[in-house]
Amino acid sequence: MRRFAALIDSLIYTRSRNAKLAAISTYLRETPDPDRGWALAALTDSLDFPAVKSSTIRNLAGTRIDPELFRLSRHHVGDTAETVALIWPEAPDREQSDPTVDEVVQALSSTTRATAPDIVASLLDSMDSNSRYALLKLAVGGMRVGVSARLAKTAFAQAFAVPLDDVEELWHALDPPYVALFRWAEEGGKRPDLSTTPFFRPFMLSHPFEGDSLDLGAYAVEWKWDGIRVQAVHLGGETRLYSRGGDDISAAFPDVVEAFDRAGVIDGELLVRGTDQGGEAASFNALQKRLGRKTVSKKMRQEFPAFVRVYDLLIDGEDDLRLLPWHERRQRLEAFVPTLNRDHFDLSAVIDVDDFAALETMRAGARDAAIEGVMLKRRESPYLAGRVTGHWYKWKRDPLNADCVMMYAQRGNGRRASFYSDYTFGCWTEDGELLPVGKAYSGFTDEELKWLDRFVRQNTLNRFGPVREVAKSLVLEVAFDSIHDSKRHKSGLAMRFPRIHRIRKDKPAEEADRIATLRGMIS
Amino acid sequence: MAKAKHWIEPHPQGVYVRPADIWIDPSGAKQHAVVTHGHADHARGGHGEVWATPETLAIMGLRYGTDAGTPVAYGEGFERGGVRFSLHSAGHVLGSAQVLMEYQGERVVVTGDFKRRPDPTCAPFEPVPCDIFITEATFGLPVFRHPPIAGEIAKIFARLETEPDSSILIGAYALGKAQRVIAELRRAGWDKPIYLHGAQVRMCELYEELGVSLGELRLVMDTPKEEMRGQIIICPPSALIDKWSRRLPSPVTAMASGWMRVRGRARQRGVEIPLVISDHADWDELTGTIRELAPKETWITHGSEDGLLRWCELHQIRARALAMIGREDGDDG
Ligand SMILES: [Zn+2]
Ligand SMILES: [Zn+2]
Repeated sequence: MRRFAALIDSLIYTRSRNAKLAAISTYLRETPDPDRGWALAALTDSLDFPAVKSSTIRNLAGTRIDPELFRLSRHHVGDTAETVALIWPEAPDREQSDPTVDEVVQALSSTTRATAPDIVASLLDSMDSNSRYALLKLAVGGMRVGVSARLAKTAFAQAFAVPLDDVEELWHALDPPYVALFRWAEEGGKRPDLSTTPFFRPFMLSHPFEGDSLDLGAYAVEWKWDGIRVQAVHLGGETRLYSRGGDDISAAFPDVVEAFDRAGVIDGELLVRGTDQGGEAASFNALQKRLGRKTVSKKMRQEFPAFVRVYDLLIDGEDDLRLLPWHERRQRLEAFVPTLNRDHFDLSAVIDVDDFAALETMRAGARDAAIEGVMLKRRESPYLAGRVTGHWYKWKRDPLNADCVMMYAQRGNGRRASFYSDYTFGCWTEDGELLPVGKAYSGFTDEELKWLDRFVRQNTLNRFGPVREVAKSLVLEVAFDSIHDSKRHKSGLAMRFPRIHRIRKDKPAEEADRIATLRGMIS
Repeated sequence: MAKAKHWIEPHPQGVYVRPADIWIDPSGAKQHAVVTHGHADHARGGHGEVWATPETLAIMGLRYGTDAGTPVAYGEGFERGGVRFSLHSAGHVLGSAQVLMEYQGERVVVTGDFKRRPDPTCAPFEPVPCDIFITEATFGLPVFRHPPIAGEIAKIFARLETEPDSSILIGAYALGKAQRVIAELRRAGWDKPIYLHGAQVRMCELYEELGVSLGELRLVMDTPKEEMRGQIIICPPSALIDKWSRRLPSPVTAMASGWMRVRGRARQRGVEIPLVISDHADWDELTGTIRELAPKETWITHGSEDGLLRWCELHQIRARALAMIGREDGDDG
């Protein structure tokens, strides 16, 4: 556990992505099976010990520490697991052992609600404070060490110099502690057999379109939908729904999962139907109400029914179609989708346009709530994992723009810790009050960042910890993809992907945009 | 026997000793003051007459431009208004003292700030038996246990080994912490020059003058950027995230403080190497010292008094919190 605990701590304190990658790959190379596999699962929150709850740990603390001292300490530390790890009394005569991660995982998974307190207590007794912390985070989940599944996979690929795409694919097919995955990566052994497992296949991704024109004889055009990219898999009798990052989101969308009953793997956009849209696809804002839920109520399912607008077919029955050109896959897709439940699956249409100028007009005119732009797909391209140049392009609608006034600035993280690089900006109400409408921390050059940092330091009105309130004098032209109603902000608005487009040193703050103007941009 | 309650008055501004008309560590200017040590929350400028150790007077001289005062060495004392005052080493920073007061057969000790761990830059804590023990409680919660310092110093060397091209920037309070960290680095075998932020220089020089050797120290300002790769730099905690740090090559930030025991606190400050090094007693030292001295009563000046009060209650020790102001849980942790 000590090495695992040291890894956790180094991830907690490291902000640089490269340093995190290095720490994880070193650990994976130097740690034996099955410990490293358990560690990998823990980092990506793929372990679950239902018998151990946060309350188990809190109650356990009460058996060793005065409840009032615990309460005061918890209040100071701010995290139950960490408080218990720090406060747990160490018997001075007791030799501390260093159990393996595997021993810990076995012990935790063999517990019941009734035996959990004793088992966790004896593990805590055997460890030093850092290991206790790692143990408790492992037991109740929620490591929060800033490691996404993607980062963990990248570290794995780096550790053993294997292609990330392969890791991506195999990873989802195997269960912790991934012994077969390590064996394959380390010894160049046989690829594990995956034919009947409903795992995630890496998505084919697109580049932004930056050219002036494109031969529409070679490229097909589809709408780009403003939902979330999903992959629905039905293989070996099981169905799964995966998000862009390969996370299993089946639990949040049981309606879609239950409806997908034909063997195959489809790629499409998850959307919800909106009453305002007459049962058609609603905006991203509506979809957000269903995202990130562990379970979903009947009411939710009725109010925001989810469906997949399908645009590609990776596997049809037993046939892997990924090496076929797009137009052949499209034919198979057009035969496949009509056999699915119509409430939850429909076909993303190919736009019939053969003149680039006409396409430009269509793209600019599209104001459907769920359309984000258009996709350009080369007709001869196979389905390739990752972002490969020359095959798929996304051509988003022009962003919206607003002139806003900088109100607050906050220090950045990592490399940017010495800069005020996160800006909150606002627009005017009819009464001449400035209300925040968004926050941005990108879009500017290094030179501009230096200038903004200096502006913040020279125009500070108040300090609140890492935040500074600045004189309301600087206009920032903010670009954003769309704007929505939001109860979270006093202005009642929330922007999607806001970034600083230009610093308008020339414009007086009074001439920045009004809230009412922004309200008019809601789609 | 006199009752301390009648001759010692705790005020938000400090402890007042009525028969002697003397304040201990008052937070505002007073006519007569005993100062336990040079930290700003204990040593304020502008007093009429000051009693303190010679080292504390020298530190106050550096801070406030005047070192006028009556020096009192450890173990020595003076009498005023029938109260006998004497100073005893507190082990906190160079010159730090506890104040023992004896009046009509009653003994009262004010610790100022103290610690029990060995520190190469100052004299060790001297346990002084007393009836009333007036103590700090900066780390008066059982989550605060400072690990052995050698392991913390080793974290710096480990980082330099894996990232030899970086520069390690350690945030350390200018009085006490900075010198202790330097001395511990020396003790662990680091004999290269150690680089200082400008704000650390004068106090280090004063420590040297007072007989604490710190090895070769250089100023960051005078050193070309590239030369500081693989080097250790000491700066005030506030400079860690300041523009100042941009002049260093690939800086990795460390911070030496007892507060670094709590992960969230280290993260909040963007610290990459938290060094749990404190000049204050941790929970075990606080409770152990109260047990060892077994005073009739324990009074708590500042810190997490609720935690220590609760412990006293559980152990049936008479205790009260004095709620002193202006003693912040700042960077001298
Ligand atoms: Zn102090
Ligand atoms: Zn203090």
